[in-house]
Amino acid sequence: MDAISHFFHAIPFDLIVIQTVNGIVTGLILALVASGLTLIFGILDVVNFAHGELFMLGAYVGALVVASTGSFWLGLLASAIIVAIFGAALQIVTLRPLIGRDPLNTILVTFGISLILQNYALWQFGPIERKIPEPIEAHFQLFYLQYPWYRVLIAALSAAIIGGFWLYLKYGKFGVWIRATSQDRIMAQAMGIPVPWVFTGVFAMGSAMAAASGVLFGPLGGVSHTMGLDWVLKAFIVVVVGGMGNLGGSIAAAIFISLLEAYAAIWLDPSQAVIVSFVVLILTLLFRPTGLFVATPK
Amino acid sequence: MTTAPLDKSVPLSKPLLSHTAVFWIGFCVVMAILIAAPLALPEFWRRFLTEILIWGLLAMSSDLLIGYTGMVSFGHSAFFGLGMYGAAGALLIHSPPNLWLALLFGLAGAAGAALFVAYFSTRLRDIYFAITTLIFSQIFYVIIFTWTPVTGGENGLIFTRPHLSIPFLYDARFTSTTMHWFVLAVVTASYLFLRRLTQSPFGMVLQSIRENEARTRAIGFAVKRYKIVSVLLSGLFAGLAGVLYAIQNQFAAPDFVYFITSGDTVIFNVMGGVGTLVGPIVGAGFFQLMRELLSRLFGDQFPYLIPLGAVFIVMIIFLPQGLLGFARRWLNR
Repeated sequence: MDAISHFFHAIPFDLIVIQTVNGIVTGLILALVASGLTLIFGILDVVNFAHGELFMLGAYVGALVVASTGSFWLGLLASAIIVAIFGAALQIVTLRPLIGRDPLNTILVTFGISLILQNYALWQFGPIERKIPEPIEAHFQLFYLQYPWYRVLIAALSAAIIGGFWLYLKYGKFGVWIRATSQDRIMAQAMGIPVPWVFTGVFAMGSAMAAASGVLFGPLGGVSHTMGLDWVLKAFIVVVVGGMGNLGGSIAAAIFISLLEAYAAIWLDPSQAVIVSFVVLILTLLFRPTGLFVATPK
Repeated sequence: MTTAPLDKSVPLSKPLLSHTAVFWIGFCVVMAILIAAPLALPEFWRRFLTEILIWGLLAMSSDLLIGYTGMVSFGHSAFFGLGMYGAAGALLIHSPPNLWLALLFGLAGAAGAALFVAYFSTRLRDIYFAITTLIFSQIFYVIIFTWTPVTGGENGLIFTRPHLSIPFLYDARFTSTTMHWFVLAVVTASYLFLRRLTQSPFGMVLQSIRENEARTRAIGFAVKRYKIVSVLLSGLFAGLAGVLYAIQNQFAAPDFVYFITSGDTVIFNVMGGVGTLVGPIVGAGFFQLMRELLSRLFGDQFPYLIPLGAVFIVMIIFLPQGLLGFARRWLNR
């Protein structure tokens, strides 16, 4: 009995609550990144290696617009629109010629794009990190911490974007086209849906989601040319754990993994807490290779 | 993607030289050039050529997976890096540093990593395989980067170069020329081994997995076991490249375990032509030469990966077979 009560006393409850909030906040940003990736994979059959670089590019565009206009919300909007147009152009120039080829070609092409974008960012903006100022500076008391409202706002915004997108998929005209294309590409084309443009549109939407999450993350972690790879790796883990091409699974997996990493960071160094998500990935591959949050295939 | 040379029809007029003779004459000419090269080249280009051969070996090891088994690995930096750190460990622990012990330790390290990656990631196919190899290589990177007492963390390990020694026969310091010959010997032996392997019944099974995995399984081959062995072999040769790189440069650094190395390996393969074994070496040479040329023309700060990345994308779209793709059938005969 004594040992048990000692064990419960050893758990820092205040820390756990703080880390739960932190985990949900990063989890929702990650969910926004990963749902763009899942969307592009589920509909175009493209593993978008450049997704992290679109995230990074979005953050840079946001940082530039915020610095020149002073308005965070304008930066968020401008970044989403500019990166969406850029993504559409990328899809038309590089991915459209590859439709019908082995999907492995698309991972190679998007890898090439990510190299170019990353080096362009380093060359253009330099190696020094930039910061996007927080739009809201109010705090609230969470145990001994002054917890910024901004973080809560990010989580709500990410959830709102994902929710709005889900509603659009369900009820919007283009959303119905997207779902039809993902179910049966040839039949959709036969029904008069412009499938190549659906692909371009989906890629643009995924890019916009990556850019928006980049701007939202900007005030938390700083903007640098290497931020893309970290995020794309995390998003890949999330997408594999959640089940490839499964939107709901990816969102659940994003929050799950971020929470685990946040709890692990109580006892471990943050750079080692990443290993927790690797372990989740390995366990998933061992026991549920189709994904942790999908029904068992029959 | 058809390569299997099953065409048994006899040409009407017999060519002057058989295919085998032409192949080996070509092989000897290239070997003669590579053996003589360090005697003619200045120090910088001698080292440059040696490094191309090492990168070529790394890319060639990955070609066994990409071009023959049909699995794209984005995690070869792990095997390369473990080879590097294994060699570093042997050279630091044992004194005087011994070349063959470094090879042994490096290969053991790479084999350990390869076994781990092979066991887990062969459960998945195609892009899923590519993504999981990438994530696994990142695990090794994080471990090496954070385990400072053993791996030196961010700074890596520095050591002295072992002597080029053949027990009881020969013992001398490496010069850049003998280093080149040593690397050339290892790379050539690896090429001949891999060429023989891909033409053996084992290699045929690997190629049949690439062409149609379900059918290969239906015929009765244990596909998963073949895949594990091919990842293991590929990892071993990548580790060998890591050992050579460590000996050439006398350091082991976490940067080489990072994803960039894996990415470069894939680029060398695509540029040179997958499924040819020599193509990746040509790809590595092409990439490194372009890089050197660009940084000489525009200065060291020039982001050479922007034009090279563009060349890479254009090649995937318009020249998916790579530079040596036209000779693919011929080289595999």
